[in-house]
Amino acid sequence: MNKFINIAIKLAALLTFSIFFFIVSYIFIKGVPNLSFKLFSLEYTSENVSLLPSIINTVLIIVLTLLVATPIGVFTSFYLVEYANRRSKLVSLIRITTQTLAAIPSIVYGLFGMLFFVIDLGFKYSLLAGTLTLSIMILPIIINTTEEALLSVANNLREASFALGAGKVRTIFKVIFPICINSILAGVILSIGRIVGETAALIFTLGTVPKIVTGLFSSGRTLALHMYLLSTEAVHVEQSYATGVVLLIVIFMINSLSTYISKRFGRLGR
Amino acid sequence: MKGKRFEKFMKGIFILSSLVSIVSIVLICVFIFKGGIPFIKEYGLKNFLFGREWKPSNSPPIYGILPMILGSFYVTIGAVLVGVPIGVMTATYMSYFSGKRIYSILKPSINLMAGIPSIVYGFFFLTVVVPIVRDVFGGTGMNFITASILLGVMILPTIIGISESALKAVPKEYYEGSIALGASHESSIIKVVIPAAKSGIMASIILGVGRAIGETMALILVAGNQARMPKGITKGFRSLTTNIVMDMSYASGTHREALIATAVVLFIFILIINGIFSIVKRRSLR
Repeated sequence: MNKFINIAIKLAALLTFSIFFFIVSYIFIKGVPNLSFKLFSLEYTSENVSLLPSIINTVLIIVLTLLVATPIGVFTSFYLVEYANRRSKLVSLIRITTQTLAAIPSIVYGLFGMLFFVIDLGFKYSLLAGTLTLSIMILPIIINTTEEALLSVANNLREASFALGAGKVRTIFKVIFPICINSILAGVILSIGRIVGETAALIFTLGTVPKIVTGLFSSGRTLALHMYLLSTEAVHVEQSYATGVVLLIVIFMINSLSTYISKRFGRLGR
Repeated sequence: MKGKRFEKFMKGIFILSSLVSIVSIVLICVFIFKGGIPFIKEYGLKNFLFGREWKPSNSPPIYGILPMILGSFYVTIGAVLVGVPIGVMTATYMSYFSGKRIYSILKPSINLMAGIPSIVYGFFFLTVVVPIVRDVFGGTGMNFITASILLGVMILPTIIGISESALKAVPKEYYEGSIALGASHESSIIKVVIPAAKSGIMASIILGVGRAIGETMALILVAGNQARMPKGITKGFRSLTTNIVMDMSYASGTHREALIATAVVLFIFILIINGIFSIVKRRSLR
């Protein structure tokens, strides 16, 4: 019996790793030979389904979304940790809302973005509508990681700063924030991963136009959306693999960056 | 004096920022419910939830979402059957069996697995798993089997991550006490450690269920998307999420409202699951 349990547990772990390894290597083996310079030309045409416009759009939407969501998320955590009474009703309300926001499926975000930003506010399918939808979506990630980081800062640092005559805001920005910046950054990078992989929340907000966006009110598509649309067409299988490779490489870079940064934070914290 | 005003100003900004998430959730509820509830009222809740046919192009159109509710339900059960045993056992391996070196490979792999975009999973299953299932079971290969394996794999990182920390949080004394009483490594873990981590593992499963129900774009590629009552595990089906995306691109009028009403049902399911999750999590913290 013991032996059986032992083997089953080891097999399960092996299976998990094999699934991961197989998916990643399969996409790489099939995709890398299809990565050609042609795929990175500025124009998308129906013969040459170039990735570059989608890559540029992805970068743009990452930057804009972070610009909107990071300050809001970080400031929320400042309030939750540094100001509010931990037992107050507002704090528990905010906690419930962030938890609920984290649980809402991205397709519901997509529909909401369509109903509110695209139709009600008249943004049409646009970079702005996509950005605002994603900003709400990544808010819980940023709030949670920042809050954790702030809570890990020892209280005597705050007291020392107050004792030296610094106000609360000064203490937050000059003492606490610099200590936390690495783990906040790790959270921000994690949310970049979420943005890069997102499709359902963007298809009805950002739209699917395969061109570089020309402004806040212009529609486009991100790399993940590009891959979805290619794979539903079924004629561009090679290019889908290539897009998959690019997506995986981006995700790997994001993950290692985030791990590296939080490890550095771990050393600093001690 | 100036400093004090600045303090107050910044505090105001922090409070305003923290209201954004509350305002967002209110807006989401208002717009989703406003878009869907009037339709449900007009069409009849019973006809909508328990209608066995979804035929938006009939005249008059028929909007019954029971096929999609059952589709989501069955595929989630399938995902749990695939993902939970593998996930919990992998988490057990990681917390009580693996050496440091294997752990240092396994842990980042699981993290990466969590980061792989769902569309990449979907595409991989479409090109690799669908043909295999087609050869073995016949038909198109886009069915409950493929979709359950897909979602089971996709929820693995969620289940492993949370189960692992629950298992690690079990006090060492439990395990040591069991060993001291003469139990083996394996039976100490099965009979003492895992039961002690029960609520954490439950929480991981519930979170996984939430992810499985909400998954959309990967599922579209492998589910077959037939809007009819589920006819067996080797037949195609449609879930609540894929119903929205499949039809939204061309829907208008009541059809569109019916899709938003589908999102209302999905949203309520998620809220219920989230509520159960909070209860279980609170219990596991105790």
